[in-house]
Formats: sequence, C-alpha cells, structure tokens
Amino acid sequence: MLEFFSQLTGLIEPTIKIVGLVFLVILPMVAYSVYAERRFSAILQDRVGPNRVGIPFTKVSLAGLGQPMADGLKFILKEDFTPDHVRKVYYWLAPALTMVPALLTCAVLPFGGYLKLPFVDDPFKLVIADLDVGILFVFAIASLGVYGIVLAGWASNSKYPFLGGVRSSSQMISYEISLGLSVIPILMIYGDLNLSNIVQQQHEQGWALLPITLDGFKPVVSMRDLLLLIPLFISFIIFVTSLFAETNRLPFDLPECETELVAGYHTEYSSMKFALFFLGEYAAMIIGSGFAVTLFLGGWSLPFGWGTNGEDSLFWGLVNVGTFFTKVIAFILFFIWVRWSIPRFRYDQLMRLGWVFFFEIALVNILLTAAILMLFRQG
Amino acid sequence: MAIVVKRPKLSIFEKMYLPAIGKGLLITLSHAIKILRGKKKVTMQYPEEKWDANMPEHYRGAPALVKDEQGRERCVSCQLCEFICPPRAIKIVPGEIPSDDPWAKVEKRPKEFDIDMIRCIYCGMCEEVCPEQAIYLRKDYAITGLSREEMVHDKERLYEIGGVREGLVNKWNELK
Amino acid sequence: MVNVQIDGTWMQFPKGTRMIEACRQAGVEVPHYCYHPKLTSPGNCRMCLVQMGMPPRLAPGQEPEKDEDGRTKIQWMPRPAIACANTVADGMGIRTGGELVDECRRGVMEFLLINHPLDCPICDQAGECRLQEFSVEHGNGVSRFVDNKVKKPKNVDIGPRIRLDDERCIMCSRCIRFCQEIPEDDVLGFTDRGSHTVLTTHPGKKLANDYSLNTVDICPVGALTSNDFRFQMRVWFLKETPSICTGCGRGCNTILGSREDEMYRITPRENDAVNSSWMCDHGRQEFQLLSNERRLTDPLVLGDQGHRLSSWSEAHQTAAAGLKLLGPEEIAIVASARMTNEELYMVRRLAAHLKTEWVDVVPRSQEGDDLLIAEDANPNSLGAKLVLGLENPGAKLADIKAGVEKGTIKAVLAFDENLIGAGFEEASLKKLAFLLNTHLLANPTADVAQVVYPSAGFAEKRGSMINVTGRLQRLNQAVQPPGQVMENWEVLRDLIQALTGSNGLYMIEDVFKLMAGEIAAFKGLSLTKIGDLGVALLETEEKVPLLEKERERVAKGLIVG
Repeated sequence: MLEFFSQLTGLIEPTIKIVGLVFLVILPMVAYSVYAERRFSAILQDRVGPNRVGIPFTKVSLAGLGQPMADGLKFILKEDFTPDHVRKVYYWLAPALTMVPALLTCAVLPFGGYLKLPFVDDPFKLVIADLDVGILFVFAIASLGVYGIVLAGWASNSKYPFLGGVRSSSQMISYEISLGLSVIPILMIYGDLNLSNIVQQQHEQGWALLPITLDGFKPVVSMRDLLLLIPLFISFIIFVTSLFAETNRLPFDLPECETELVAGYHTEYSSMKFALFFLGEYAAMIIGSGFAVTLFLGGWSLPFGWGTNGEDSLFWGLVNVGTFFTKVIAFILFFIWVRWSIPRFRYDQLMRLGWVFFFEIALVNILLTAAILMLFRQG
Repeated sequence: MAIVVKRPKLSIFEKMYLPAIGKGLLITLSHAIKILRGKKKVTMQYPEEKWDANMPEHYRGAPALVKDEQGRERCVSCQLCEFICPPRAIKIVPGEIPSDDPWAKVEKRPKEFDIDMIRCIYCGMCEEVCPEQAIYLRKDYAITGLSREEMVHDKERLYEIGGVREGLVNKWNELK
Repeated sequence: MVNVQIDGTWMQFPKGTRMIEACRQAGVEVPHYCYHPKLTSPGNCRMCLVQMGMPPRLAPGQEPEKDEDGRTKIQWMPRPAIACANTVADGMGIRTGGELVDECRRGVMEFLLINHPLDCPICDQAGECRLQEFSVEHGNGVSRFVDNKVKKPKNVDIGPRIRLDDERCIMCSRCIRFCQEIPEDDVLGFTDRGSHTVLTTHPGKKLANDYSLNTVDICPVGALTSNDFRFQMRVWFLKETPSICTGCGRGCNTILGSREDEMYRITPRENDAVNSSWMCDHGRQEFQLLSNERRLTDPLVLGDQGHRLSSWSEAHQTAAAGLKLLGPEEIAIVASARMTNEELYMVRRLAAHLKTEWVDVVPRSQEGDDLLIAEDANPNSLGAKLVLGLENPGAKLADIKAGVEKGTIKAVLAFDENLIGAGFEEASLKKLAFLLNTHLLANPTADVAQVVYPSAGFAEKRGSMINVTGRLQRLNQAVQPPGQVMENWEVLRDLIQALTGSNGLYMIEDVFKLMAGEIAAFKGLSLTKIGDLGVALLETEEKVPLLEKERERVAKGLIVG
C-alpha cells in the first residue's frame, strides 16, 4: 500500500510538468505563434495584421489578442467534411500523427534548470523526462512526424495531396541526415547525450556559440573554444536550415506549396483536422526552436555564466525559465522573419542543397571538430 | 518552337546564396523597423477611418443611371453596356416611349434595367461604352444586402444612386 | 470570256458580268448600298465607285505598249466608274482601292452622313447597318458640317408591319425597286429634291403586301424597321440558327434569331433553289406561337376532376394501358403533315407495332400566290406521303371519322392535329375509349383527350422536311423547349418503349439512319448531308413562280440573280 502511494506521489511530479508544459505553455504558444506570424508578417509587409478581436461583446480589442481564440472556435465550429473518396482510417489518423510526435519530443526538452520551491526539500528538475539519450529520443520521435504527412497525402486519394506527401517524405528524410550530422560536433564537444547536462555545461563554460565567461569584469575565453566556434557555427547554419526543411516552412514548404499543389497534403482536410496539421506545424516549429536554443544557444542559461542553475534559489530558477522562453520566442520570430523574406526554393535546388552541400559539409565539419579536439586533448 | 532562355552567369559570391538571403532579410527588417517606429503608415483602419473625403473624381464605385437637367432618363436602352459588361451583370428590357410622353421623340428607353451588384466588378466598361452618357460609376462602394435579390439594383434604385448629371450631351434637347 | 485585271491580278470572267460581281469573285468586296443582285441597278448611291482602265485606242499603225507579262498596258481613266451597273470588257483594269477610290468613298460617306441623325443607340439596324460599317471602314470619323440638319418625318406609319424613319434614309431606293419588281405592288417613291428628298408611300396607299418585310431586310440603314421586332432586342445578341419556315409547303430557308432560349425574329436566308432571298410576312411571325399563352408545357392526364399535370412516364404508362386493351382494327392514328420526317417515321413504327391500317394525315390547303406562298399549307405533305406510305393524304380520314362515329374505332392517336378542327365531332370523340392528343397549344381535342402530350415547336427541334418541289431540307434547334417539353420524336420513342420495351434510339441521327434503311428515297443521306441548303429528293411538277420570274429577268439582263 505504501509502495503504491509512493508510486502515486512519484506520478504527481511528471503529471504536473506534462500538463504545465504541454497544455499551459506549448499549446497556447502554438496558438499565439499563429497570431505572431500574422502580426509580424504584417509588420514586415507594411500592413497592420489582426488587431480587432479582443474581449467578446465589448469594444476592447487588446491589439487583437483574442484572435487565436476566435480562430480556434471557428475551426471547431466549421463543418468537418470527410470526402467520399478518401481512405477513412488513415485519413483520420494522419492529423493526429502529425501533432503527437511534435508534442512528444518536448518531453526531453530542459525548459529550465531547477526549481527550488519553498517548504519542499528537493528542487525539481525542469524537464519532463531527463533521458540520458535525449537527443536520440528526439530524432527517433521527430522522424515519425513524416508519417502523418505521407499518410495524409496518400489517404486523401487525390493528386495534389499525393504529390505533397511524396515531396514531403523525400524532403524530410533527406534533411534528417544533415540535421543529425550537424548535431554530432556538439555531442563530441560535450561528450553527453543528455540535454540537461549539455545545457549545464554551457551554463558553466559559456554557450556553444558564445564561449565566454566572466571573471569579475574580465572576459575569459580559451583558444580551444574560439577554434571550435568555426565548426559550431557551420553546424548551427546546417541545423537551422534543416530545421526549416523538417518543419515544412518557407523557403522549403514544397509539400504544401500553394502555387503548385493547392494546399499540398492537407488539401482535402477541413475543420479541426486541418487545424491539427496547422498546429502540428507550429508545434514542431516551437520545439525545433527549443532544441536549437538548447544545443547552440545555451538553453535556459544566461550568457557569460551569470546566475546559477536554480538548485538553491527560486529566483534564479524562474529567471532561467524566463530566459529559455525568451530565447525560444526570439527564435520563432526569426523563423517568421525568414518565411516572409525569402522565396521558395525549387524542388531540385532543395534536394541539391540537402545532399550535395549540407551532407558533405556536415561530414567534413565532424572531421574538423575531431581535429580541433585532438589538438587540445588533455593528457 | 522552344525558346532557349539564356541564364545569367552568377559570380561565386552570388552562387553562395547567403549574401542575397541576408540582403533580403535586411530589406524586410528595415520595413518592420519603419512600421514599428511609426514612421510609415500604409493601411487605414476602415470603419473608423474612411477615405471618402480623398476619393478622386475617377473613383469607380457602384454604377448608376443618371437623368439630365430636364429630368429625362438619359438611357435609351441601346444595350451596349449589357453587351460589354464582362461579368454580365447588366440586364436590360428595352421599351418604346408612348407617343403621349413629352419625350416621345426619343422613342426608346429601358423598361427594366437591372444591375446585379454581386456580379459587378466595378470595371467601368459600361460608363466607357455608353453613347448617351447615361451610366456612371458613382462613389458608393459599400454595397451590401442580406439576400441575392436585394443585391440586384433595379431601375429606381439606379436612378436614386445616380441622380442628375447636367451638361454633357445635348443631343435630344430642342437646340438641335 | 474576257480578261480583266482586278487589283493587279489578271482573271477571266464571262462577258456581261457586272464589275462588282467580278470583284466579288476575285475576293474583293466593293462597298455598296443601292446595288442588290436580285434587283435592278440604278447606280444612285455612288458608293461602289472604282477606278477603271481600258487598253488605249491606237492610232493606225501604232503598236500597243506591252507590260512585263506581255499584256497590253492599261490606260487608267481619270474619272471613277460605278462597279454595280457596268460590265466587264476584255483588257479592262479595275482598282478597288488607291487614292482616287478611297477619296471617292470618303466623299460619298461624308455626304450621306450630313443629314443622318446618328441615333444609332436607339436604331434597330445598329449592328447590321451598312452605313455604320462603311463609316468605320471608309468614313472620316469627324463631321465638318456645322449647319442645322434637315428635319424629316420620323416614326412614320407606312404599313401595318413597317415603320419608316426618313431622317435615316440614304435614298438607295432598294425598297422602291423591290416593291416594283418582286411583289409588283408599286407603293413607295421619293418626293422633293436634294437634301429634302423624302421616301414616302404613294397617296392613299400603304405598304401592306405579303412581302413588305423584305424591304426591312434589304434596307441598308435603319430607315425601315419592323414593328414586330422594333426595340425588342439588339441584333448583336441574337444567335443565328439556319433553319426553314414551316408556314406552308414552300419551305423557305430562314435564319432564326434567338437569345437565351427566346425567339426574336425570323429572316430569310438565300437559297436560289427555293426562295431566292425573300420570304413572306406570314412566315416571319410563325415563332410567336411558341410563346403563346395557350402553349402546353407539361404532359396531362385526364382524371376525375379534369386534366392534371403528370410526368412523362405516368403519361406514357396511361397511354400504354389505354392502348393495350384494344385490337389493331380499333385503333386509328391521325398524324400531321406538319411533323418532320423523323417524327413521321416514329409514327410509322408505332403503327407497325399496333398493326393498325388506320393511319392518315390531315390535308390542308390555302390560296397560293404567284410568288412564294404555296397552295399546300402543310410543310411536309410529301414527307408524310413518303414516310407513311400514303397514296393520297386525307383519303382515309373520312373512313376513320365514320369508324369513330359508328364505334368500330375505339381509340384515336392525334399527333399535332386538332381533330375537332379537322371535322370530327366532339360528341363522337367523347365516346372513344382512348384519345391521345399531341399539340403545341391547348385545343378542343385536347380538352376531351385522356392523355395530352405537349409538342415542341419548329424552332425547338431538329429534323427534316420535304417541300412541295420535293426538296429535302433541315430544321435546326434554336431554342430549348419550355417546361417538360421534349422533341416529338423522343416522345414517340418513349411511347413505343412503354408499349414494347426497349428500342435503344438516343439520337435523331439514328432515327434518320433507320429511316434511310427502310425508305429507299432517303438512301445514302443523313441529316449532315442534307446541309444548310437541302438536297433535291423527289421529282415534282411544282415550280416556284418567284424563281421563274427571276430567271426571266436574269435572261433579260435586268438583274444579276
């Protein structure tokens, strides 16, 4: 009985983390990143964007912050139309298969260091599952996301979705390789697959892309870290570009390229099923940004090794959480900025970029990292 | 015959894409900064702000029929507008003016004149083609209705929007 | 044959060819107003002026100058000549363009437009007006005329079917010549002089002959307009369907003008084997029956409280049920010589299935004239004879009537005919066990019929007919029939189907094919092969008086023909 209770109390902590992170943070963020996309794109294009919807039945508009709620309501109330010619089971399965992997990967994402709550002895580690193979888990789950799109394209039984599905599968598989290879230098440098540990190391030694710590007001930087910046920067570029391809966003949104394929793989979808694709794309974007931040930009840590990991102080714990989400939001804005600035690639250009350039560069980059590490090997 | 398009030769700098991408990003960013600093205002908050006062003379709003200074229907139902109308929004039933009418010498006028404002694309072809200068695009742009029938402007409604237009042709007055 | 150079090309024409016709054969249309090949040429509009040249007259002993081709060089005349009334001569040269000709045409156009009211927006001719067309092609585009225009009578009632607008008249005199030469009813003429010339009717006379509306067709401007078509529809909206007139046995070739399933006018179409370029005024009004208020639009079945609307299938079932109980001797079919050959062929199949010998049509005759109106008022009497195998149409009608009165005939199928109008007694029709009536309009026979089928009118169906001279011609569909109305051959097919089961006929082409297989005269023909001008099918004694007269006038050299 006691054992059962201790198991039950052991369940409380992850449940709170899951509910808190997924339902209170990620999903609202998804909704509001759609809003951010519309507002920010409007600003980039000299427009205004949605600024009307506020509190219902009043004239308070709150700069249009009610828009995501209204959009959500609209999606729920719209007719959920299932065309007659589709493969029903897979057609219904596909939207879920897009959304779920995107959310699953956030299990290993450290969104803060520790949280030391008053009256509780042990500080909570701010990650849902502190897996030792965190990065592998991410790649394993994220690659499942392609199934949703392929299934949607195939089950729709219609030519444009089919072409979209085909494009998507080859694009995502191609870029997964460079995505994986671009992370290897990080693993070589930090010698760990656990994302929390990687961030902890960055917290102590400076970010991967900002390897500077402060000794009083004197910057401390080692020759090794400076040299490693070269491969890390190349890695970062490849990682971010591949991330665009993996999330099917412009300039690589060929699976849903509206000038050629109507709406690509989700042409035949409507109502909430369409919304799931839509939200899945944004969730993938948020979580992708989270990983980019975690791996290259120090995760939850402040620059120059400021602050602590929050193990002993609630204040620093909250600051770290805030830092993490600030970075993620900045990264999302970068995503949006790129989308509204750069035109779509042609499909052959996309494949050439993936296989001819990124694949080779990433391989050479690993060798370069290894060489630098060899040079500065201690003992 | 296929035409071979000569592609421009790219320099290495251009082939790298990255500088061009960076340039593109900077252009959009400069627009964003201008907007955020309130230096530039392009759009208008429609129902609160209206453009009506600045509307130019050539503004193309709802098409309407006009009467001349003597209250005569200018339209003689020649049906050229019906013919030219690209979305086929205009429908005219021509009729003869009875001999006891003061304008009997004009002989012809529309019995019915309908413009389907759901179809109308405000192109102004009707105004351009009209030999009698009877149809004009006025400045009314907010044409709304709750049913399709309501959106069909009949002859009365068209004269109501159009009103009187003086001068221009004096083909049918006594001077000739 | 004579050698003529037209715009630099040498060609050969028969002696006596008018220059304007020679140019037309050479592919150059010379603009003209007063010239009409079926009328005499007074040469008064001056629009067809061309530059003419002849071989020079040689002094004795002088050798003619030759050009590179070895032909005698043409000496061009400084003065233009009208192309419509002059004939070609050997060695002649014609220039249909160039500075002189263009200047002449511009001048003629400027004169014609001096007093023209320019009321094209209300003029019915706009869109098919020669003055408009030539003004665009040869006119100045601007007027130099500053004085007041001459006022002339407008909206003049010169006949029951025609309105005259004198301001629009360009004095081409086509209408005057038409009245003098074709119906020989001399009622029109010019009065006053110069700018004040006015077209008018002779005192106490009206333009009221049976061919008066042809003047509207040949009027190159909008001076003469048809009361019937006046202000109804602009001509550029009209869809033109070539067809034939079903008003009498002549089968004049026509153009049906329709827009959006509504007929607006019928105009003659030139066919020199049938109606030349003309048609009578009665034929032009045929289409008004199609929108008659008594028009039947749905099948009707007689119930306890009179007729009620039904579906086609219900009507066919009722008809089949009424007929199946009766023997071959008890059923009579009265078809109509107004039906097309295809419809008559379906009647023939129906009769063959019912095994009845009582099949006939209602003959109809009227007073013909010495032009186009035929004595036979049915458009397809020869077709009825041929398809139904009748020796003498109407011969069995008396026997059928007697049979109905005696009660030996218990069912009558009346296709496109009003039996009461054809001499049947209403009381005897009421005694019948079954009466079916097909008709365009509500009529007394339909009132007592158990089943009434609506019928498609001549402009609503396709098919073929044989006119009184034995020419097989084609009807074409210009408009869709109203309501549930279907083409009549389809109705007959469905009736046969209701009686027998499937017969798999889906297109009127198939009906014609079957008919051509059964009736020798149609062998090798199809609706397509009939063409727009028809084919001569049967030999008859019948002549077209109008064409005979025309031939005489051509022989005399009065007209081109």
